[in-house]
Amino acid sequence: MNTPTLWLTILGAGAVTFALRFSFILLLGRVEVPSFLERALRYVPAAVLTAVVIPLLFYAEGSLELSLGNERLVAGMVAALICWRTRSVPLTLVGGMATLWTLQAIGQTL
Amino acid sequence: MTTSTNKLERIHLPKTAPSASPARAAFFAGAKAILPVLLALLPFGLAFGATATGSGFSSIEALGMSVFVAAGAAQLAAIQLISAGASVAVVILTVLVINLRFTLYSVSLAPHFQSLPLWWKGLLSYHLTDQAYAATITRFDAGETQEPDKRWYYLGTGLAIWTTWQVATMVGVFLGAWVSEGWSLDFVLPLIFIALALPAIRDRTTGIAAFAAGVASVFATALPLNLGLIGAALIGVLAGLATETLTGRSKR
Repeated sequence: MNTPTLWLTILGAGAVTFALRFSFILLLGRVEVPSFLERALRYVPAAVLTAVVIPLLFYAEGSLELSLGNERLVAGMVAALICWRTRSVPLTLVGGMATLWTLQAIGQTL
Repeated sequence: MTTSTNKLERIHLPKTAPSASPARAAFFAGAKAILPVLLALLPFGLAFGATATGSGFSSIEALGMSVFVAAGAAQLAAIQLISAGASVAVVILTVLVINLRFTLYSVSLAPHFQSLPLWWKGLLSYHLTDQAYAATITRFDAGETQEPDKRWYYLGTGLAIWTTWQVATMVGVFLGAWVSEGWSLDFVLPLIFIALALPAIRDRTTGIAAFAAGVASVFATALPLNLGLIGAALIGVLAGLATETLTGRSKR
């Protein structure tokens, strides 16, 4: 991507993002949200966020890797467990990074 | 007992209250409440700045993205897509899908900002993030912060997040390769997403939506034009809707 195209992309992404943020704060009381859309929107966070994170873990080495040798997958599962139990963002970050560093250190000594 | 404390307050209030305006107090209360979250935001911003530099972005381009988009998850996805050679349309469409959740926050915050002038609505909308929403909505809905303090409380929260995000981006850009290679700090990205995704799974239907999207995302990486994320998210949403329809709508 050349520089003008890149800036076009950045500004376009910014405009789209602002429109989403502003949408209902601006429109409340002026338009009715279609009930189908409202129902569908309820599933967007869970679906999108999971669809972002899963490939980052499963394809950590560039190709599909489903084994204990995939350090990022294991560390991600540990972090998910910590997050599920504690609901704490800092603990999830610290736990996940510590697990990854530990696995990497073990991997290097073996 | 209660009457004596009331009397005490009445005696002490005139001494402290006039020195700080309520708007100022609300602004700093909002900024202070978000402090613990900022600690988690720092490594995220560092990772973004470092990834951007590592992918060949200039410091101005990385900072430009943090200022104009100001949404970490979408920014990182955009960087990965751009360096993979995706087209402008696909990058913007992906950002749109990742940030669709902001419309949910927008719906939920709208009643609290309804009486504000247009420019205030615009300003506060710009500061709408996962963190700002999560930190303010519970207070607002519970009535713990009342008008006219809501806008100031929210702005304090938003500006604290914004400043942290920009500073962290710049530091990440300058530390660059050292951050990303030495410490695997790019792993903060999936960790942040895990911390965001899990609370979004609130019941069986959202759980099924997440599961379907997760399974689909493993296979959807083969889709052309980097449309994998959008395809997988769509499958997840449809799975959620289908479950809801099949099991009846009573559950929330």
